Amino acid sequence: MNASTDSAAKEAIVSVRDLHVTFTAGKKPVEAVNGVDLQVARGETVALIGESGSGKSVTLRSLLRLHPARHTRIEGRIEVAGANVLSMGSRALADYRGRVASMIFQEPLLALDPVYTVGAQIIESIRRHENISTADARKRALELFERVRIPSPERRLDAYPHEMSGGMRQRAMIALALACRPQVLLADEPTTALDATVQIQILLLLRELQRELGLAIVFVTHDMGAAVEVADRFAVMYAGRIVEEGPTREVIRNPRHPYTLALMQARADGAMEKGARLASIPGAPPDLAHLPMGCAFAERCTFAQPACLQTRPDAVELGGDHRARCLRTDATIQFGRPRMERPAIPA
Amino acid sequence: MNTNVSLTLPAPTAKVEAIERSPGFWSGVIAKLMRDPVALGACAVLFALILIAVFAHQLVPSDPYQTSMIKRLKPIGFDGFPLGTDELGRDMLSRLMLGTRLSLFMGITPVLIAFVIGSGIGILAGYAGGLINTLIMRTIDILYAFPSVLLAIALSGALGAGIGNALLSLTIVFIPQIARVAESVTTQVRGRDYVEAARASGARPFTIVRVHVLGNVLGPIFVFATSLIAVSMILASGLSFLGLGVRPPEPEWGLMLNTLRTAIYTQPWVAALPGVMIFITSISFNLLSDSLRSAMDVKS
Amino acid sequence: MSIGISIDHIGAATGGDRGGPAQPLLTVNRLVKHFDLKKSFIETLIGGGKVVRAVDGVDFRIMKGETLGVVGESGCGKSTTARLLMHLIAPSAGEIVFDGETVGSPALPLREYRRQVQMVFQDSYSSLNPRLTIQDSIAFGPQVHGVPKIESISRARDLLARVGLEPRRFAGRYPHELSGGQRQRVNIARALASKPRLVILDEAVSALDKSVEAQVLNLLMDLKDEFGLTYLFISHDLHVVRYISDRVMVMYLGKVAETGPAEAVFEQPLHPYTRALLSSMPSMDPDHRTEEAALVGDPPNPIDPPPGCRFHTRCPQAEAICARTVPSLEATDGRETACLIHEPGSGHSRADAVIYAA
Repeated sequence: MNASTDSAAKEAIVSVRDLHVTFTAGKKPVEAVNGVDLQVARGETVALIGESGSGKSVTLRSLLRLHPARHTRIEGRIEVAGANVLSMGSRALADYRGRVASMIFQEPLLALDPVYTVGAQIIESIRRHENISTADARKRALELFERVRIPSPERRLDAYPHEMSGGMRQRAMIALALACRPQVLLADEPTTALDATVQIQILLLLRELQRELGLAIVFVTHDMGAAVEVADRFAVMYAGRIVEEGPTREVIRNPRHPYTLALMQARADGAMEKGARLASIPGAPPDLAHLPMGCAFAERCTFAQPACLQTRPDAVELGGDHRARCLRTDATIQFGRPRMERPAIPA
Repeated sequence: MNTNVSLTLPAPTAKVEAIERSPGFWSGVIAKLMRDPVALGACAVLFALILIAVFAHQLVPSDPYQTSMIKRLKPIGFDGFPLGTDELGRDMLSRLMLGTRLSLFMGITPVLIAFVIGSGIGILAGYAGGLINTLIMRTIDILYAFPSVLLAIALSGALGAGIGNALLSLTIVFIPQIARVAESVTTQVRGRDYVEAARASGARPFTIVRVHVLGNVLGPIFVFATSLIAVSMILASGLSFLGLGVRPPEPEWGLMLNTLRTAIYTQPWVAALPGVMIFITSISFNLLSDSLRSAMDVKS
Repeated sequence: MSIGISIDHIGAATGGDRGGPAQPLLTVNRLVKHFDLKKSFIETLIGGGKVVRAVDGVDFRIMKGETLGVVGESGCGKSTTARLLMHLIAPSAGEIVFDGETVGSPALPLREYRRQVQMVFQDSYSSLNPRLTIQDSIAFGPQVHGVPKIESISRARDLLARVGLEPRRFAGRYPHELSGGQRQRVNIARALASKPRLVILDEAVSALDKSVEAQVLNLLMDLKDEFGLTYLFISHDLHVVRYISDRVMVMYLGKVAETGPAEAVFEQPLHPYTRALLSSMPSMDPDHRTEEAALVGDPPNPIDPPPGCRFHTRCPQAEAICARTVPSLEATDGRETACLIHEPGSGHSRADAVIYAA
């Protein structure tokens, strides 16, 4: 799948333009997302990567308009499969959710209803969107369970969420999300709560589903490793903006934003040798209620110059669909590829 | 641990160095209450009532015990009696003011005593857990099984009429309720990592409860207790109404409501006045308790 | 009574080294913890009822000054082991020996042991009392052990400075005013306040963002050198464990699968489970993504663990013998592994063909 190189030419199924999300519930408005542009082509997987408070989950939830309308101000434009999400009425929104785009969450135990069997929830979801009989819906649910590789699917359809193990629940939630054949799958840290041996299974499953069903996936995570396994394209977020974006290979091999660079170097597996100090990023992310005037990362950035404190940088095109919002991309070019090899494991 | 068991004075710089202090928890709560108009209103009403209660004898316009056969059941605004007179011709305003004393006393005292005893029992049960918890809580449950009104009446009836017995029976009614809340809050706090960490540091149970448990459980229990004050006032009034609490001629709102009920057709407005007072007071306590609850939520 | 003892010497081991560097700081023998599941009334009558075999006969040593990393998936018993070591729960069986003395014996009463062993928890918020200021939280431990209040407070402020939080700004604050990384620094300072020799870090950096995690890992390394600490480092993150540990212990369903020097275990894993765990790590190389998952399914439930080798239900090299025989922890070349393949004469078809990595 090489959708990344010419994604501009390909039809974008998700198109976000200049998205701003502000939460107004507290004393001071919190600018959780400010100025996100994101295009996702059909059949493409984009990883939204960032730390807590970077706005990655807020962006994702905006795509389904999951934020409470009373305390949230959303500005900008979100188009999914040609429909304007921000102008939908409640009927259109209910049709859109689940059918065009659906979501999987970090903790399936909280996202699944504990008082119904998993099968009943899938059947209900199908019948809400389509006019088919319960028996047909159940047949489809069974197919879905086989699709996501749940062993003895017939029996598991009648299980309650708490009766399943963590990995099984996550598979069941994926089946539920796919029940109405959506074109876009939104994944919010779907593997973070899982054990390592289970996480890789779910990542591989997502990759396979994406390939076979032609899904567009937006995959939110803080874990670069998990993102590399599934994503065609990386979008790195910091303080509510996408600071660097490009094909996975480019961003991993050639990070050009100082924040991405620092994140790669801060990984324990990126350390040159054992006992050497990890390159850590000094300080902490900025307070979203008091964002600085200039680049939000400038205060922690080793490349920062006085100009960085004055202006919010625009995206700089770096060639090959790779761009970074930084005034100092000229300085980061020499920092080649951080060491990222997996230890050789004998079979 | 030999020569180093030191009474060594720390470096003087560390001692005198001033640190920035955050406002403590309770001053934060008070600051939040000050910004809450509902809480301020409720506080103002309650403060006024307390002032009236304390200075009732100085404030009353006329003698609350002075009866008059001629001026019985006069309406509101009658000459010299701004709130009318009761069935024995006594000044309603003066009696309502003096009644504040007994009514507030009957509302607050049982809750206060029950707060101390109930918290003690509940925290003990919650922190000890296991068999002790089961024994205490099942005993509490037996008391809790009776509706509080019924229990209060039964106890008062058994103990005999009078203020002291009414207080006692109300206290007994509230202890199980407060103990249950205390137990559940304590059980939650006991599972927190900071209590584990304190145990792991070798602290004794009493120290852990004093330093780490009390501060975190008394707040929620206190909120619950303030909401009981209104209940207590109403129950106390009810007992007086039945002749089990305060005895005539002492003015108390519940008792006044009782004696005036015969006048409900002749002077309905006057007869309703003690009820209005009970209503205003209990709703003020309830509103204050609600505001307190939201002000004590640290994360907001 | 010394006058000039500087408060800088926080790490000076006041408990005193007894057995010398060759004696392990901590030895754990046949440690077992079974939890009773809540029994129904009938089960109580007829006896029986199920038990969770959270920790089921675990042996290991921690040498003085080393970092032992513990890895494993949920249900493997790593956190239960930590809580057993802290004596937060009582073991069902087994023995813990601290620097030559059995814990709980007259020579080493529990209270004295607890001063020398401290723990940092995963959840930085719930491990600090929300009603206490930062300095009061840190000073609590020493005060329990009789350090006067003024001294404990000044020790707390020194430790705050040491973990990178300016005392003047932070000592009087409450936990909710701090970020996650700052709170975890406070928790580390709190653990160090009673001058422990062993610090148990139970997923202590797992909840932190990567950039903050690196700061805290660096801090932990510095503190270890400065105060001569020994760490038991529990984590599910293999990269972090590999980076920080001298030796690694891999656990599976309440048993030790493998122990050994960190580099050896990561480069040449002996136990099939360790190998599976390592190849489940995401590749970080977009040109060589993982193509096949090493294991299928989830770890089994510790309520009814499989008989024989616990791993045989998921093991690619399992044979019939594995379901019958419980492998013992065999030591070779400073490494130990509990697998029939590495047990000569065990009856596993590959048992004799194995050549140990030097």
